[in-house]
Amino acid sequence: MYNAKITVRMKKGLLDPQGTAIGGALKSLGYSQVKEVRVGKFIEVFINSKSKAEAGKKVEEMCKKLLANPVIEVYSYEIEEA
Amino acid sequence: MRFGVVTFPGSNCDYDCYNAVKRVLKEPVEFIWHAETKLDRFDCVILPGGFSYGDYLRTGAIAHFANIMADIKKFAAKGGFVIGICNGFQILTEAGMLPGALQRNNNLKFICKNVHLKCENNKTPFTAKMKKNQIVRIPIAHGEGNYTADLATLKELEKNKQIIFLYCDEKGRVTDESNPNGSMSNIAGICNKKRNVLGMMPHPERCSEAILGGIDGKFILDSIKKS
Repeated sequence: MYNAKITVRMKKGLLDPQGTAIGGALKSLGYSQVKEVRVGKFIEVFINSKSKAEAGKKVEEMCKKLLANPVIEVYSYEIEEA
Repeated sequence: MRFGVVTFPGSNCDYDCYNAVKRVLKEPVEFIWHAETKLDRFDCVILPGGFSYGDYLRTGAIAHFANIMADIKKFAAKGGFVIGICNGFQILTEAGMLPGALQRNNNLKFICKNVHLKCENNKTPFTAKMKKNQIVRIPIAHGEGNYTADLATLKELEKNKQIIFLYCDEKGRVTDESNPNGSMSNIAGICNKKRNVLGMMPHPERCSEAILGGIDGKFILDSIKKS
């Protein structure tokens, strides 16, 4: 069994309204050093697979097909034995 | 003309669409359950608004893999008319049937109000009964209607005249103030290159009868009927 830890981020340059709102909230808490906040998603997938390489292949497919929208998002992942 | 309205788990404008086609347009219409296939008996399929699959992951992302969607792609490839309204538009972009994506409104709010739209292209089956630059008032109700695409896609849309509706003010001026959700170029609705797939965030089915407070949505329904 493998555990894929997948991060989905908004593409650089795209306006992130959630990040902007959270950034504003942090500043109002006194964190004047905050320059920018970007919000993404963290997804964990537990996957039965013979090898790490095979698990990686499947996870890559999942990201492309469903987990990220290539028009507005980019993804990255790490795979560990679970 | 035979219409079908797709119901996904979480669709909530399916009955509004059904009513608008049946009572206002007076055309035959039936519901299509998302697990069905085979759309041969229809001329036009509507993907209605709502929160299909709870909007989980991204709006429209999970609905795009419903059984019916493979057949909707085939149906559109054969020239059948497909209209995606609100969540339906989100599903069509996720499915790659229309370019771009709809992300969170730039003010983070769910916006439910009447907006003005300008008809940018009346040479489509969806706007044939409208005048070029005609201004209509149609309600929006969404949290993710912020149309986003890369510059190359925007240029392509403009070049092919695929931009159908723009958010504008009551005088037809396309301004930042009249853009409710941050959509690029004020885009409210687009079609595919072949002009048989339309996606729009505003809800024409909610304003097709005077008793509902407006009849501007009827221009779009009437256009389709004549196609």
